[in-house]
Amino acid sequence: MAEIVLEHVVKRYPDGALAVDDFNLDIADGEFIILVGPSGCGKSTTLNMVAGLEDITAGKLIIDGQVVNDKAPKDRDIAMVFQSYALYPHMTVRENMGFPLRLAGMDKQTIRQKVDEAAELLELTQHLDRKPANLSGGQRQRVAMGRAIVRQPKAFLMDEPLSNLDAKLRVQMRTQISRIQKSLGTTTLYVTHDQTEAMTLGDRVVVMRAGVVQQVGTPAHLYAHPSNLFVAGFIGSPSMNFLPGQLKGGGTVVTALGEAQLPDRSRRALDGASGDREVIVGIRPEHFEDASVVGDKPGATFDAPIDIVEAMGSDVYAYFTVKGEGASSAELDELAKDTGNDLHGTGLSITARLDAASGVRRNSTAKLWYDTAKLHLFDASTGKNLLEAN
Amino acid sequence: MQPATTNRKLMWWGINILVLLYAFVPVFWLLSLSLKNAETLNDGNYFPTHPTGASYQAIFQNDDFVRSLINSIGICLISTLVAIVIGTMCAYAIARLQFPGKAAILAMALLVSMFPQIALVTPLFKIETAIGLFDTWPGLIIPYITFALPLAIYTLSAFFREIPWDLEKAAKMDGATPYQAFRQVITPLAMPGVFTTAILVFIACWNDFLFALSLTSTSNARTVPAAMSYFTGATTFEKPTGPIAAAAIVITIPIVLFVLVFQRRIVAGLTSGAVKG
Amino acid sequence: MTATPTPAAAESADLQIEEETTAIARKRHNEAKAAERKLGLLLVSPAVVIMLAVTAYPVLYAIWLSLNKADLRRPNDNHFIWFSNYVTVLSSPIWWTAFGVTALITVVSAAFELALGMILAIIMHRTIVGRGLVRTSALVPYAIVTVVAAFSWRFAWTQDLGWLAPKGSAPLTSFWPSIGIIILAEIWKTIPFMALLLMAGLALVPEDLLKAASMDGASAWKRFWMVTVPLIKPAILVALLFRTLDAFRIFDNIFILTSGSNNTSSVSMVTYSNLIRGLNLGIGSAMSVLIFITTGIIAFAFIKLFGAAAPGADPGGRR
Repeated sequence: MAEIVLEHVVKRYPDGALAVDDFNLDIADGEFIILVGPSGCGKSTTLNMVAGLEDITAGKLIIDGQVVNDKAPKDRDIAMVFQSYALYPHMTVRENMGFPLRLAGMDKQTIRQKVDEAAELLELTQHLDRKPANLSGGQRQRVAMGRAIVRQPKAFLMDEPLSNLDAKLRVQMRTQISRIQKSLGTTTLYVTHDQTEAMTLGDRVVVMRAGVVQQVGTPAHLYAHPSNLFVAGFIGSPSMNFLPGQLKGGGTVVTALGEAQLPDRSRRALDGASGDREVIVGIRPEHFEDASVVGDKPGATFDAPIDIVEAMGSDVYAYFTVKGEGASSAELDELAKDTGNDLHGTGLSITARLDAASGVRRNSTAKLWYDTAKLHLFDASTGKNLLEAN
Repeated sequence: MQPATTNRKLMWWGINILVLLYAFVPVFWLLSLSLKNAETLNDGNYFPTHPTGASYQAIFQNDDFVRSLINSIGICLISTLVAIVIGTMCAYAIARLQFPGKAAILAMALLVSMFPQIALVTPLFKIETAIGLFDTWPGLIIPYITFALPLAIYTLSAFFREIPWDLEKAAKMDGATPYQAFRQVITPLAMPGVFTTAILVFIACWNDFLFALSLTSTSNARTVPAAMSYFTGATTFEKPTGPIAAAAIVITIPIVLFVLVFQRRIVAGLTSGAVKG
Repeated sequence: MTATPTPAAAESADLQIEEETTAIARKRHNEAKAAERKLGLLLVSPAVVIMLAVTAYPVLYAIWLSLNKADLRRPNDNHFIWFSNYVTVLSSPIWWTAFGVTALITVVSAAFELALGMILAIIMHRTIVGRGLVRTSALVPYAIVTVVAAFSWRFAWTQDLGWLAPKGSAPLTSFWPSIGIIILAEIWKTIPFMALLLMAGLALVPEDLLKAASMDGASAWKRFWMVTVPLIKPAILVALLFRTLDAFRIFDNIFILTSGSNNTSSVSMVTYSNLIRGLNLGIGSAMSVLIFITTGIIAFAFIKLFGAAAPGADPGGRR
């Protein structure tokens, strides 16, 4: 078990391309850290540098107080779970899991015992003599986990370990990974592009974009206080709605949804910002509500021409389009590209998550309310969250 | 797939039998010739009426044949071994490393594999006579290796590209040194491909006739296919049909065994290098 | 590109860091590259040296010999004679007969092999019973020594001896029957090779595509011609190229079946006769060079006219 410290770590490719820029992170002993971001953001490169599979161009990697930049992977005593699982096809499950121990020169009896223990933990006992080719995807994933667990390394590195599983199994394995990590208390660095995994698994989450750390914090903090447009758009599902707007003096914000008065707390945070300015307003789907259900909580209301209604049982998703151009920024474009959503309809599509008791119907106009206290305001040019003092 | 009806199964069995007949009729014809006795040899029947092992006795008492059998086995085994070692090195580099001239090497290998061997017979004959390799084992082994190399390089590099090299990384993470990773993870994965290629190369060497005919003059290095064409009967008037058939069957046995045991691998090997549309 | 906006003063420092880190990355990269290049060249060198020594040098030597009068029966009369040998060869009816015979055998056998090979490939690919058995037995003709197979056909068609020979006639003593038997032997031996290459192509045709075609109303025959064939065209061309070049070199079968009697010699056979039997190295070498050139033309024609991709022509490019 170990502390892992990354100090000003840089990865630059020989053609000058920057994969990771000035990465700083202190990982505490036993902490579960998630690296998350769209593909190509440098998260896997960072993981590979910690593993020792890629060299570090500049900066320091410190494991347990020792700089390990130039150590071979085998001398770092960390285990890795690969996206492809990387199981040895010519070895049985038992041999796969025992391989690191065999390399470490452990005696057969001990290996047997340790593999049996790990297999028990992962419910693989009855599969120990099978080859990987004869296992299901979930079983293979568990063998890969088992191979990492048996040697009791200082840290686990996991490179999108669940992305090859189907949705249901992924949820199941997610809780299992969480349980195992908590019971072993091993420092874990986990890479994923799935924000749900990031939110549910991590003690702390590191959001990356284009090689640069955007924000580090607990899942709840990232959700409630995203430091910029990118984090706000990346974290949360369905994702935050963005509308271009003007911030007027006196704490009034004007968007396609109409005019809204910001609460005092927000006004105070904006202090110093003077005059009218262009902003991007962010509203999470769950901060909308059917006006008839809300009662008289403070907020703003508007008429929404509902296109589609999806009743999920626990709540209702309502989709509608308002007039006007969508908010545009490089960060939002990148997010759209990552999710494969490159449809540009006319107008601005908005998703609202309403109470199940709501009576909204498709192709009708509904009066919706939104919580002005939960509005996020971003600078239209830099994308920085104006309400979060950095 | 729907459950196959009995009729469809019967139809396919019928077709399969046609394939079996196609493949085996000429082979069994030689077998039955080799088993016929002198009286029934010329009766023109497909099956022998009085089977006898006399032809086999005759050829194994014939020193020239025994010698040529030893030549065939020895020369083909050595050629295969050397071609595989050299070919593996080359194919590994082509599949895994970046270096200049890769395309040129592949083009050269392709050129060699399409080369009309007859065009080499004269110069090789002259050169080998000059340096004393004519009618020796190395005199055949060297051209065999040359013509086996393209086959070996193409097949092996196709196999090597299929190896999940990411496992090398996994092994490193599991604490393996580069040598351990190669020895315990990569080698076991590469062996089936190497072995398959060895079979294909051996079959190719075993099949050669032109070089064996042109680059030998005595039983010193003459292989069975060439020796068969020089077979004469005990007397000048006796036709050596029986012994030739027996010799043909003898050198066919190892091939048929290979095919029976390694069918899957041979199919995989033959198709791997060739079709990458 | 940092998260915090960079003050203008720090920009030059940033630029310097950028240059330094790039230099470090480049240096490490170049060192690794150089080592990899060295290892690569080291590993391929034995194969390259052998292939060059055994083919390139002799080819040059053959070209030289073909420009000389080089007759082993008159060793004192060797001298440089320019293209006389080529003139002799190209004005000789023996050469042109052999060339015609070779071309005939090549075209006819390649055509039959393609058709029959396709049938065998489909059988091996589609059979619902005894797939292993079919594939195993289909490999026998491929693996068997050509000379052995040739003897089997020769005996089969020999008067009195053979089960195929019609009573009182000797088909291997006249031209057309001989050519027919040579082609038969050639086809028998190489159908499996053709079929395996085509089968590998068939395996790449997605089953769903054929299902979609049949939903679109295509009959089995139409599915074959309009879906399967276009998709496996590369496999067909590669197989045809290989087989054409191979058939053009035909030697073993003719040597055993007819020894070239009754004008059934192929170009390889007449070359062999001039070299080994006639000991006329000049003429033989000229023929060798002509065969070499013809082979090149065939390969070039395939690649240019049909766009046949040589296997491995794009090493790893598609992965």
